[in-house]
Amino acid sequence: MRNIWIIAGRELRRYFVSPVAYAVAAMLYLILGVIFFINIYFGLQTGQINPDGRMVMGPMVTILLFVAPALTMRLIADEARMGTLELLLTAPVRDWELVVGKWLGVFGFMVGVIAVTWIYPLILHRMTNPGIDQGVLITAYLGLVLLVGSMLAVGVFVSSLFDNPMAAFFTTLAILLGLWVISGLGSGAGTASEIIRYLGIVDHYYDYLYRGIINLPDVVYFLSLTSLALFLGTQAVESRRWR
Amino acid sequence: MIEVEGLTKYYGLHPAIQDLTFRAETGEIVGFLGPNGAGKTTTMRILTGYMPPTSGTARVAGFDVLEESLEVRKRVGYLPETVPLYPEMTVVEYLEFMGSLRRVPELETRIEEVLERVDMLERAESYIGSLSKGLRQRVGLGQALLHDPEVLILDEPTIGLDPAQIIEVRNLIQDLGADHTVMLSTHILSEAQQVCDRVMIINRGRIVAEDTPANLQAQLAGAEQILVRAAAEARDLVPLLRAVNGVVEVKPTEHEGEVEVRSAPGQDVRPLVARAVVEADLDLLELRSAGLSLEEVFLQLTREDAGTEARAEG
Ligand SMILES: Nc1ncnc2c1ncn2[C@@H]1O[C@H](COP(=O)(O)OP(=O)(O)OP(=O)(O)O)[C@@H](O)[C@H]1O
Ligand SMILES: [Mg+2]
Repeated sequence: MRNIWIIAGRELRRYFVSPVAYAVAAMLYLILGVIFFINIYFGLQTGQINPDGRMVMGPMVTILLFVAPALTMRLIADEARMGTLELLLTAPVRDWELVVGKWLGVFGFMVGVIAVTWIYPLILHRMTNPGIDQGVLITAYLGLVLLVGSMLAVGVFVSSLFDNPMAAFFTTLAILLGLWVISGLGSGAGTASEIIRYLGIVDHYYDYLYRGIINLPDVVYFLSLTSLALFLGTQAVESRRWR
Repeated sequence: MIEVEGLTKYYGLHPAIQDLTFRAETGEIVGFLGPNGAGKTTTMRILTGYMPPTSGTARVAGFDVLEESLEVRKRVGYLPETVPLYPEMTVVEYLEFMGSLRRVPELETRIEEVLERVDMLERAESYIGSLSKGLRQRVGLGQALLHDPEVLILDEPTIGLDPAQIIEVRNLIQDLGADHTVMLSTHILSEAQQVCDRVMIINRGRIVAEDTPANLQAQLAGAEQILVRAAAEARDLVPLLRAVNGVVEVKPTEHEGEVEVRSAPGQDVRPLVARAVVEADLDLLELRSAGLSLEEVFLQLTREDAGTEARAEG
């Protein structure tokens, strides 16, 4: 267990000195800031500000689709490329501890980045009367964190398959996009369509959690996807030893 | 302690090592000598728990590398061939990270000790990315020593170091060899000869020779070889010298009046040969020992072996 924290802590520190991580975070805040400003600006024009703290969350999900692959791409692929994976795989660390530690590091960083966006609903809350519904907001953020956790886990898994971070980036992006659009294919009735709809990642967020309702099947979906991806990542790291 | 039996590793259909069997005791420095692609790194990767063997067993510090990999990894210090470093970390940060993964007690003190040993104290706060190749090699070595492991596995530890540092590191290895098990790989024969208690020569995935450097040299040379030149026809010299006690073989060389004499191992036949020539009333022009250097032995051995295999395949 302690190994997980050591690895996660190192990754976290690495993000804080990484220009890429800062660029990613800055881009996120910039885009959200512009969207927020436009919303408020037109709200003031019409004299009617929509007291919905989630105005930044919809776009954030789209941005995260690109942020998740960018932040996870080098987690394991780069260690393999640099030869440092040999160091970690000959240290007394279990393969799953390595994978979970890597995920926890990037997850912790992203939770921090997302937490800062709370500032937009906070401003909105001050500007409106009676303010915004905190329950809905908190649930929507909780859902976002679950969603991000599973997206990052997919990224960690894919990174464990490659020796090249760019390959990991595009593959993760493709998988996440696939999970995003797949629910569109399951529009008909029948078990097959239902399964396809269940696989789609964003519906599990928008249908309930985004609206402020904690729907257990959706929570289970995100936790399962996270666990599955981390499990597959562990298998992939282990299989590297057999190559 | 390292105990290896019948170790075999295939990459796909290609055997990298085949049926290796050897031991290394505590307090012993074992050298792994072989040309490129011989299987040195592969063997070391198996011993450090990085990859499993295809078949055979290996026990390191009393634990099976496959079944008790984690226990093995706790007790092994490993310097891989490509030194695994994080360029964006400082030397100290790097050692702190590895030391905490290895649960090194009193880490700060230990890091200082190790940095002193590899002569890196002044560069402790430098970013690894800014270090030269040799300095990086030292950091890698420091990482391998950090947890004071029972068994040290060093893949080409002196590569890229300057001559002064090579001596330092060799001394360090000999120091450590007193109460650790050390296994190192090298291409440099003189290094194996100087540092190791025992040398294994590996070629094409098989151990082709194993002994102390001194014995190896004698054994591999097969026998003492001497060259004799006299003012006579070689065909007269051959029967004359063949009769000398201790001589195994006499062959004319391409030079006029010169023969090559091979004797049984450990026997110096030079005085007898000289006397035989003189007593036959011939003028002895030259008599010199032509014992093979370990270098020549090594080349011959690895070449011969390659030849045999090529023939077997063809
Ligand atoms: N990951 C791998 N996949 C496939 N083949 C490999 C792999 N690693 C090594 N080999 C092959 O296994 C054989 C032994 O390689 P190894 O790296 O163990 O040699 P070595 O003795 O360390 O050589 P060197 O002196 O060049 O470091 C070589 O033929 C090599 O091509
Ligand atoms: Mg090698």
